[in-house]
Amino acid sequence: MKTKIKQLLTKGLLKENPVFVLMLGLCSVLAVSVSVINALGMTLAFTFVTVLSEVTISVLRKWIPKSLRIPIFIVIIASFVTILQFLLQAYFPSLNKALGIFIPLIVVNCIIIGRIESFASKKPVFDSILDGLGISLGYGIAILSIAIVREILGNGTILGYSLFGTSFEPALMFILPPGAFLVIGIEIGIINHVSKKASRKEASK
Amino acid sequence: MNLVNILIQTIFSQNFIFMRFLGLCPFFGLTNDMDSSIGMGGAVTFVTVMASVVSYFVYYFVLIPFGVEYLQTIAFILTIAVFVQLVEIYLKKMIPNLYKVMGIYLPLITTNCMILGVTLINIQEGYSLMETIVFAFGSSVGFTLAMILMTAIRIRIGNANVPAFFKGAPIVFLAASFIAIAFMGLQGLGG
Repeated sequence: MKTKIKQLLTKGLLKENPVFVLMLGLCSVLAVSVSVINALGMTLAFTFVTVLSEVTISVLRKWIPKSLRIPIFIVIIASFVTILQFLLQAYFPSLNKALGIFIPLIVVNCIIIGRIESFASKKPVFDSILDGLGISLGYGIAILSIAIVREILGNGTILGYSLFGTSFEPALMFILPPGAFLVIGIEIGIINHVSKKASRKEASK
Repeated sequence: MNLVNILIQTIFSQNFIFMRFLGLCPFFGLTNDMDSSIGMGGAVTFVTVMASVVSYFVYYFVLIPFGVEYLQTIAFILTIAVFVQLVEIYLKKMIPNLYKVMGIYLPLITTNCMILGVTLINIQEGYSLMETIVFAFGSSVGFTLAMILMTAIRIRIGNANVPAFFKGAPIVFLAASFIAIAFMGLQGLGG
């Protein structure tokens, strides 16, 4: 039981990372990773929607007819996104403004629909909660690792605190769209390189 | 705003893929050969324009009179899903040739974030019906342009000797980064 919990929670980190390995949900990752604070906000928003919709669908899985499942999934996700929009507007208006259109676009994030289709619609509630948390963790690690690099190089700050003093000339390109593609490309390269090395080591054992 | 300005902006200076990061899934997933990227571009153009028009009417003639504007995300995604389904049924029955070209891409389109994004931006910016149509058309042309550019580059990459570190996905992202730099040069075009 314990190993199963651990496996559900950690598989999204590297081996099945939704962003770096499966390359899903790239739009929000690249657009929002301009600053660490936005990335954190996006991760929390994503976790909220993923976990709640996975739980709901897992509870209702026996009553959802097979032929109508995709529209039902989308409506359930969209309802949670609408609730989230209300919460953000009421309590975090500045974050809501910074994330902008990418909050409603969580509805069409392929990661969530993919997990629901392949996991939550078949498995019990507790497993679905863990799966939702694990996948959100993977998403959060990906978006944060990109945001940290972009904010440090492109703005010289982290979470708004200046790192290098006033003499530092930030490379503006990393804040702009080309920087996002560049950073994710290099990070995927590093991950591929490391995992290839690890599998080669295992094979030679 | 001038319609020509909207058109130029959406195709070049505010390109949906390179500047706004919308619709990246097909951009990285389907740009392996020219036929499928052009087919996807055509399907996206058609669905985006029609879905924008339909969602315009849904918003101004259903949601606003009933005072439920906050349901726009749910209403729009349902509109798009239903519309895509109808198009699929219609094409299958009436124009089987076109269905053969576009058919496999249609189910993928429902979850393409560009289409929901375009319909939401239309409402956010308060565009009129004409502006909505031009905005939707321009953004899908920009999307198709990006798909074709990327496909052409990927075909070249296939013949090139790529360093081991960048093999596979990384080189594609790097290429996208360089195209995005080129598109940044068009910043300010169209006002």
